[in-house]
Amino acid sequence: MNIEIITSDLLEVATLVIMGITGLAIARIRNLFAVVMLSGIYSLMGATLYVILDAVDVAFTEAAVGAGASTVLMIGTLALTSDRELATPNARTVKGIFVCTLIFAALVYGSFDMPLYGDPLAPVHQHVAPRYLGESMGEIGLPNVVTSVLASYRGYDTMGETFVIFTAAVGVITLIGRARRKKSGKDGGSGS
Amino acid sequence: MMYAAAAAGVVVTMLMALVRALIGPNIYNRILAVNVFGTLSVMLIAIYGFVDGRPEFLDLAIVYALINFIGTIAVTKYVTFNDMGHGDDGDPAGDI
Repeated sequence: MNIEIITSDLLEVATLVIMGITGLAIARIRNLFAVVMLSGIYSLMGATLYVILDAVDVAFTEAAVGAGASTVLMIGTLALTSDRELATPNARTVKGIFVCTLIFAALVYGSFDMPLYGDPLAPVHQHVAPRYLGESMGEIGLPNVVTSVLASYRGYDTMGETFVIFTAAVGVITLIGRARRKKSGKDGGSGS
Repeated sequence: MMYAAAAAGVVVTMLMALVRALIGPNIYNRILAVNVFGTLSVMLIAIYGFVDGRPEFLDLAIVYALINFIGTIAVTKYVTFNDMGHGDDGDPAGDI
């Protein structure tokens, strides 16, 4: 085993350990500002883990949405409400732990059916992936296969997604609006 | 080997920043911890790119640095004004 593989394995473990510590702390801490800060750390670590697992585009989304946008939204929520969390009665905590353990067990049971990580015979590597990996350089000419798939093979799909997001952004801006610039007294009310 | 040592150093520093975020007595320790954490994950991604022989990850790391900046601005705005909808108070520069 060479040093690169050991390093990336150890990095995966370190990332998961940091995420675990952060998750437990989020569950324990009552100061919600600290929780928002810790969830930012959690998202950054998650994005790093996705990079190590070679899911660069997912990592990008996680960093933009998890660490960027949701931190801003959570801070906005804190500005409107309180930043202290009320204590939960112990009986409810026990029920919650029970439900979480049950779901965790179900997810672990479900993961037994999945192919091993990196298994070349997994169904996902048998369908269209060989064609993309083998011929996208000649057909599209981009070094990153994911970019070729998103921008060319699934170009219409990506364009549709962009339309949807653009429409959503226009709708939100129309509903919420932007703070209007106040004109100074003399020509007030002429434009907005 | 050197990249592995650098990655180990970054991970140890991350753990120290995480401790500060966990026990940090006041808000400023935590803001600084998250900021440091963002910078460290940028470094970790860059180092990992070299470990893996794909230095193209540097571009990704730079975008992370930009995203990290937005969160820090929002947090400092909240701490300063205690309000995310802080108006421009007639300042011609708007809410920039």
